[in-house]
Amino acid sequence: MSKIKTFSVGGIHPDKYKITSDLPIRDAGIPDMLYVPVKQHIGAPAKILVKKGDRVKAGTLLADADGIVSADVHAPASGEVVKIEEIVGEVGYLEQMITIKTDGDEWEESIDRSSDLIREITATPEQIVGIIRAAGIVGMGGAGYPTPIKATVPAGKKIDCIILNGIECEPYLTADDRLMQEKAEQIIIGAKILNKALGIQKAIIAIDENKPHAIETMRKLTRSYVGVNVAVCATKYPQGSEKQLIAAVTGREVPPGCLPVDVNCVVQNVGTVYAVYEAVQKHKPLFERIVTVSGDDVKNPGNYRVRIGTPASYLIEQAQPLETPGKIIFGGPMMGTAATNLAAPITKTTSGILLLKTASVLDPEQTACIRCGRCIEVCPQGLQPFAITGHVRRGEYQEAKKIHVLDCMECGSCSYTCPARIPLTDYCKLAKYEIRKKK
Amino acid sequence: MLKISTAPHFYSSTDTRSIMRDVIIALLPAGAVAIALFGIAALTTLVTAVAGCVFFEYASTKWWFKQPPATRDLSAVVTGILLAYNLPCNMPVWMTLIGCFVAIVITKTAFGGIGKNLFNPALAGRVFLFISFPVQMTTWVRPHLFDFMNTDVTTSATTLNILKHVDATSSATQLTAKLDKLPDYLEMFLGYTGGSMGEVSALALLLGFLYLLYRKVVSWHIPFYYLGTFFILTGICWLTTSSPAVEPVTHLLSGGLLLGAFFMATDYTTSPMSENGKIIFAVGCGVLTFVIRRYSSYPEGVSFAILIMNAFVPLIDKYAHPRIFGTGRK
Repeated sequence: MSKIKTFSVGGIHPDKYKITSDLPIRDAGIPDMLYVPVKQHIGAPAKILVKKGDRVKAGTLLADADGIVSADVHAPASGEVVKIEEIVGEVGYLEQMITIKTDGDEWEESIDRSSDLIREITATPEQIVGIIRAAGIVGMGGAGYPTPIKATVPAGKKIDCIILNGIECEPYLTADDRLMQEKAEQIIIGAKILNKALGIQKAIIAIDENKPHAIETMRKLTRSYVGVNVAVCATKYPQGSEKQLIAAVTGREVPPGCLPVDVNCVVQNVGTVYAVYEAVQKHKPLFERIVTVSGDDVKNPGNYRVRIGTPASYLIEQAQPLETPGKIIFGGPMMGTAATNLAAPITKTTSGILLLKTASVLDPEQTACIRCGRCIEVCPQGLQPFAITGHVRRGEYQEAKKIHVLDCMECGSCSYTCPARIPLTDYCKLAKYEIRKKK
Repeated sequence: MLKISTAPHFYSSTDTRSIMRDVIIALLPAGAVAIALFGIAALTTLVTAVAGCVFFEYASTKWWFKQPPATRDLSAVVTGILLAYNLPCNMPVWMTLIGCFVAIVITKTAFGGIGKNLFNPALAGRVFLFISFPVQMTTWVRPHLFDFMNTDVTTSATTLNILKHVDATSSATQLTAKLDKLPDYLEMFLGYTGGSMGEVSALALLLGFLYLLYRKVVSWHIPFYYLGTFFILTGICWLTTSSPAVEPVTHLLSGGLLLGAFFMATDYTTSPMSENGKIIFAVGCGVLTFVIRRYSSYPEGVSFAILIMNAFVPLIDKYAHPRIFGTGRK
């Protein structure tokens, strides 16, 4: 057993609740209505190509990427476009969505629906990037950064290694874990595809310690692939954060305000890499993903293959809440969003739907800071959340900027750990928002 | 009705109250030793100090701050216990209560309550009593195991007092006579020696501190650097002067050094927040303790050393920052 890798500063150990890691991925089916947002990524919303009344098949292009930092959106199932309008999304804001009334599961003819594994990579590097762009693939770990940008080497930069992020450090979530157990070889081929696109040989699959099955499966398979290795990382939050992962695996630290490429790395979520495999080898655009439905308020938790645009309520029905949930979270409990309405759809970046009981989401009472220093101890970025909070409370945003609040990645470790229950992360978010607004 | 809030949606189970509860548990062994050695007097002082601190905390937050009383967080209980541990067990009750008043009302509430005080409340209370009532504060009870009505009062010296006057002795016989009075290491380690009620037993304090480390309530940095600095300085002094007055192990085990290093210097509010700040603070405490014990007219310097360093904490916090990820390495 090689050495367990991790990052050096900060980090917390929340309870894991990985109750779904042994449950195979199930197909969630197709709901009557799909609500497909045109912006499921960082950057500009895609331009809508369809109009009301159009018939679409699964994989039909609905909206075209608007510029480099944007992504295509495809129809997740066959049916008719019935509405194109603004609908309230998960956070409560209005979002442009294409509503499709489904009538079956007819796919575009170009998509290879067989389950055959295609090992040989025939596409050229340029073709690969083109296919990834046309498939509308974005970072599926949560950020939603368009993948084609990360599949090309920027001018004047060098990339020597691609890291596959198989760290699922958020409690409850097991979507990536299951994917690695069930689609291991596809993920490895996906990594080789990205290697080819970047013109390099090396790929490291980083998995945290609490996924022994995924580690074992990947270890067995990587023996037959040159340049692909498994790195076992400590079970620690936020190990799956890009910068912390690079530090753990390579020992390189990304300086503030820089990107992974500045230390010659690229990090891709394993879900994204699987989508790359499907796009390049099977010609399948990104219109479905794995979602963990879990929480302490579900009778029937599980990992589902879900079409993009499926309303959360459809999944919640299958999971059967035990009582009326007090809080529903899109994503994990540390960084996820509390949903405002259940009709909000699953997007390319939704890794989980968590249902929590009313009793477990009560707002803790805030007390005075006792200067214990825990927030400094746990901050993976080496910041001083208590000092930032002090500045923000006095409205001194520029002072907060001087103590590097912009390096905060909002992982929530400080709020989680604060014994006085001060919402430190919220103050950091507010400071970042105010500073950026001023620019 | 769905609850909306920003992330994170989970919290650790550790809160202020649970931290204070852990500190109280960690302080129990020393209290048990004190009661076993000094009897009912120790219990009286302990109960008085705790009750006094809780009362003043309750009263001052309720009637002065006009806020719901903050006694629920148990911090006043911790202050009370620590104050009692810093007093001789036969302290008159009314003096102990004055100590409570100084600790809670003047040192803590007047600065804004929990988390805002500059100085360690228990130490400020102790120093106030020490300066106001020097006789009572240096009248010790000789330890008698399980003699609960123990009233064997002595004004003769504690270990540190003996050491203080070693250098002043003129003849060799006097010196030997003095050194004969010193307790041996084992007695000091177990606590069979005179002194403030909570500071006598190194073993009990160490047990409590190990519990705090295990519960991750405090880090090892402050005690390690504090005791390390002090030990090295006395060691150098001992080796160069060969005066028995600065024999390092005796110094380490005597007086309030261990109580101070384990439980007073590590107080969250009055110590720096960052790791490197804590190291600066602890080294400062070590140096000052050594200087006071060796060169001032006081035999003991832990309280003053920690209080002086407390005053530097805002300055240390201003300049001692953790390393920002991605900078300052390679």
